[in-house]
Amino acid sequence: MKNIINNKWSWAGILSTAAVALVLPACVTINIYFPAAAAEKAADKIIDEVWKLQDGNPPSSQPADQAAPSTSTETK
Amino acid sequence: MNNIRITYTFCFMLLTAALLVVSPAYAAADLEINTPAISGIKNSMQARHSQLASFYASGAVGLTRDGMIAVRDANSVPLAQRQSVNGLVSAENADRNALYKEIATGNGHPEWEAEVRSTFAQRWVQKAQPGWWYQDGSGWAKK
Repeated sequence: MKNIINNKWSWAGILSTAAVALVLPACVTINIYFPAAAAEKAADKIIDEVWKLQDGNPPSSQPADQAAPSTSTETK
Repeated sequence: MNNIRITYTFCFMLLTAALLVVSPAYAAADLEINTPAISGIKNSMQARHSQLASFYASGAVGLTRDGMIAVRDANSVPLAQRQSVNGLVSAENADRNALYKEIATGNGHPEWEAEVRSTFAQRWVQKAQPGWWYQDGSGWAKK
């Protein structure tokens, strides 16, 4: 009886260790990958400022609606 | 029995820790571009752009495929201005190099510089105005 319980527990241990072994390298991979979408967003923001583009419009005259700059998500 | 339970608890804690490590990685989805160094470079490029804009439009200067700019057609620039165009182009390229480097290092990954550069190279062209020149795979093309 004791043996059976022991076996069950050790299987659980082995399984969770296997799970950890699979999950941990994935965390490292996520951090190392180049964040292409974020880079594109950052590039767009900088280019808009350098070329004085507003919301992708060519720099014609001054846009009438200066009230709400569309930088909602880039607070930090 | 006791030992095994400890092992199991330990594994569970590791899993939880793994989940905690994952979430900040997802949260940091934005690249940091508000460092003083990046702002300085940006301002300098912004100031220079008013001088460069007419050269982009005339085709004298074009966007290269490596995220830089280059004199494409010096003949379209009046002789008196040629010197200053060259100066503008090299100053701009120095800023652009510094910008790509700063974005990579400022986000803790100096090895990202080449990818930052190629991202910018595509976005510059994408956002260029019609009539400006850029390099594609085969050479100069007009947008």
